[in-house]
Amino acid sequence: MGGLAHFIERAGIPTTQISLIRAHTEQIKPPRALAVPFELGRPFGAPNEPVFQRRVLEDCLNLLERPAGPVLEDFPDAPPGEAAAAEQPEGWACPVNFAPPVSEMSDADVLHEALLQEVALLRPWYEQSKENRKGRSAFGISETAPEDIVRFLADFAVTPLDIQSPYDDTHVIVAFKRMADDLRYFYTEAAIARPDGRGSDLEVANWLWADTTLGGLLVAVRDWAMESDDPTTLELAQNAMVPFHQRHHTKHG
Amino acid sequence: MPDFGETPWADARSLPESRICVLSTAGLHVRGDAPFVGYAADYRVIPGDADMDDLVMSHLSTNFDRTGFYQDVNVAFPIDRLRELAEEGVIGSVANHHFSFMGATQPARMEPVVKDMVGILKADGVDAVLLVPV
Repeated sequence: MGGLAHFIERAGIPTTQISLIRAHTEQIKPPRALAVPFELGRPFGAPNEPVFQRRVLEDCLNLLERPAGPVLEDFPDAPPGEAAAAEQPEGWACPVNFAPPVSEMSDADVLHEALLQEVALLRPWYEQSKENRKGRSAFGISETAPEDIVRFLADFAVTPLDIQSPYDDTHVIVAFKRMADDLRYFYTEAAIARPDGRGSDLEVANWLWADTTLGGLLVAVRDWAMESDDPTTLELAQNAMVPFHQRHHTKHG
Repeated sequence: MPDFGETPWADARSLPESRICVLSTAGLHVRGDAPFVGYAADYRVIPGDADMDDLVMSHLSTNFDRTGFYQDVNVAFPIDRLRELAEEGVIGSVANHHFSFMGATQPARMEPVVKDMVGILKADGVDAVLLVPV
């Protein structure tokens, strides 16, 4: 992020930026940055908090009016709702109860059935979640329906070397990741269907990776991919298939 | 951590005169645009008049919160807040084009791409860029 600021500023256009990792910004020294104490993924603090978002934005833009730099300032406040959420004794629970996940990854049809059932159980909550946001959904990067994604994922989990990429000029593991990510977003949107939007990324991930057949399948594919001879497959497995906080489920950590 | 050398400095106009563009590294794009792949230094253009409810996020990283973005685009891409500031005259205007990269790309690969992008910014009359990480 700070590198981009250097390049743009050098080309004559002033920049200001949010910094989510202050230590990086201290080293890179972009011209103007506002360090914020928020979670990665939430540079303006909290969703549906326009007054708070606006404070962050104005503080960041105001750095443009400083006479000289580099300027690195701190936004002082935690996002609204954080303290209240921490005080909730019951925590988050997924609105859907699933059957125990399928743990054996040898029969594509069994996996397919189990995933289809998960999608069917989640779909009403996904629709509810979408309605809470006036019809908006971020599901869809694969441009494939959930029911078709699960067929691809189930087949890939059992016979990865026999599967062709459904997209032109796209490696099959990249296609797998795109569909797997997209289905995770579908699960995640369903899981946060409560109108209060409760449920952090970590809480939802703890459920998805431990308690669903999808999670088990993604772990199994990652275990396979970590032992692949194909560099693209190995690179994605190492960097971008399982979040750090869920890697204890995997064979290679 | 790469060394970018001395901090450059371009003088900014006053905010009420400034046309502002957003550059996000969240791997955002309009639904239907090509998803981000690998660590190429490419970017997507988000037209200022796009339906922001159609923004999706194809960043490859599994290690940041997405639940906020699912609930409200503005938590990562503050387009509605910027439009409000423009309507109130706090800033001059909002650019016609915004940009999204997928962060984590090697900076050396980004530099020539950014030079090309700056041409678009200048043609759009952009006075300042708001950079937003994820």
